[in-house]
Amino acid sequence: MSSRELTLTEALLSRKLGRAPAPGDHVVVDVDLVYMHDGTFPLALKVLRRLDMEKVFDPRRIILFIDHAAPAPNLAAAIAHRIMREFSRKHGVKLYDVGAGISHQVVIDEGLIEPGNVIAGADSHTVTLGALTTLATGFGSTDAALAMATGKTWLRVPEQVKVSIEGEPSWWVMGKDIALALLGELGSDGAVYSSLEFQGSAIPYISMDSRITISNMSVEAGAKYGLFPLDGLAKAWYKSRGISTEPLEPGSKATYSDEIVMEASRLEPMIAAPPSPDNVTSVAEYEGVEVDQVFIGSCTNGRLEDFHAAARVLKRHSVKQGVRCIAVPASRRIYMRLLREGIIEALAGAGCVVAHSTCGPCIGAHLGLLAEGEVAISTNNRNMPGRMGHRSARIYLANPATAAAAAVKGRIVDPRELLPLGSRLMDPVEVQMA
Amino acid sequence: MTLRVKGRAWVLGDGVSTDHIISGKFKYQKARLEDMLPYLLYDVISDFYKRVRPGDVIVAGKGFGYGSSREHAARLLKMAGVGAVVAVSVHRIFYRNAVNVGLPVVVSTKIPPITREGDTILVDLVEGIVVNESKNIREEIQSLHPLIVDIIKAGGIEEYILKHGGPPWQFRSSFSK
Repeated sequence: MSSRELTLTEALLSRKLGRAPAPGDHVVVDVDLVYMHDGTFPLALKVLRRLDMEKVFDPRRIILFIDHAAPAPNLAAAIAHRIMREFSRKHGVKLYDVGAGISHQVVIDEGLIEPGNVIAGADSHTVTLGALTTLATGFGSTDAALAMATGKTWLRVPEQVKVSIEGEPSWWVMGKDIALALLGELGSDGAVYSSLEFQGSAIPYISMDSRITISNMSVEAGAKYGLFPLDGLAKAWYKSRGISTEPLEPGSKATYSDEIVMEASRLEPMIAAPPSPDNVTSVAEYEGVEVDQVFIGSCTNGRLEDFHAAARVLKRHSVKQGVRCIAVPASRRIYMRLLREGIIEALAGAGCVVAHSTCGPCIGAHLGLLAEGEVAISTNNRNMPGRMGHRSARIYLANPATAAAAAVKGRIVDPRELLPLGSRLMDPVEVQMA
Repeated sequence: MTLRVKGRAWVLGDGVSTDHIISGKFKYQKARLEDMLPYLLYDVISDFYKRVRPGDVIVAGKGFGYGSSREHAARLLKMAGVGAVVAVSVHRIFYRNAVNVGLPVVVSTKIPPITREGDTILVDLVEGIVVNESKNIREEIQSLHPLIVDIIKAGGIEEYILKHGGPPWQFRSSFSK
């Protein structure tokens, strides 16, 4: 029993617990980082106040983000923001205020994690941080509140699914295409309560920004974790943030509850059509669908690589008259880098609205809601009816190059029509580490 | 207290997300849960919050509670009077939120496909069964972890803490089965 080989999930959990747990076990763990945002924090505080537990177990391990409806588009948001600023001052907890960026991206930008950290984020896309080999997952307000106050939470040890991504991806393939293809395979409940462990011969080819996208969307299949290995790229990333790492590998004979194999070398540009993110096919199936709005951004696709890809289209073409194209970098750090690289200017020059960092459009909170019957193509993660506005609005999910191409043509097209041939859309390592 | 629930079925399909339950476009306009209540399942069932009766049961397909971590979804269902959710599969954050607010959620493969709107549904966590009494079909449900039963029995984790003086993990050294 004790000599069995461990999966990555089990290896990480056993470091934390001092013993190897089995799937289905319920365990209590110390949390390394707890974060919340303006959509989840006010309720968390209300709970703690009712319980007379308004405290933080360690102010250095708590972060607040004003990122969901920011700057406040209405009075309700303004109230939430004020509550957070007051709490931050009172308890000495770090607050990232309006414009700093989307929580998950800021945590990455600032290097606030270490491999194997147990991270309780009061946001479903906390799984994003699995790209950097952390046990990061989303919680509701009450669970996050209790983790903040006590430094502990309970976990059900998940089943583990080996996701083998094989082959060298073609030049047009981005993390989003892999994420969508995988979601199409798994279905929207295909990984409920499971830990997805990404492995296979394609991994070395997948950039960090793309890995982050893939981990980010693993929750759309219900996954608890979406884990990439601590390989050379991940170690280099940590090193670039001044964080040391210890070797960490799953056993080659570790057993998984299931295995999925995907051929990344055969992927076409992918799209998820309404009404759900698992309704996935190749972009070709929807070519010609006219769009009213294009959104490039979110914690799924608001990174450097994503705007580099969009700019390959929008540096040479303009947004079509009558189409709104909204571009939202995921953090101020990314925004500043895009400014220096001239990409903000290129996007604005092409006719995009380039906005400050916010989750706003993705969740239908502000900055570009859709009217009845409108059609959008978006780089975010969810497209259920009503997500970004009226329930009859239709949302297609795709990678940033596909979204940018639709902005130019006013309809969904294969992005390869507008891209310079043959240059990879995934950024090379040197660009990512700079 | 909430371990045995009987009520009318409201039948929903697959993939009912927390966005369906309380859409971001409404949630982010309101500061208080009470003010969000009229928008509960707004794009799915008109006037649900007025028409639902205490103890009614939502019977749904695959992937219930998919999406956003917004606990408001579970809280609003409970606030409206929903007594339990029966679904073919349930997403984990919603599940935890429901446990924490004392809303029983059970996984059942047999009951949802045969249930019609208005059928009488019994969810009994003591006996470990879910029954469609109108169709006279029952299914045993997977036994819940004692931790979860304790929290639901107390009426949610807040009530548990108020009663016992701390969260359950303060009183148990291990939760291993």
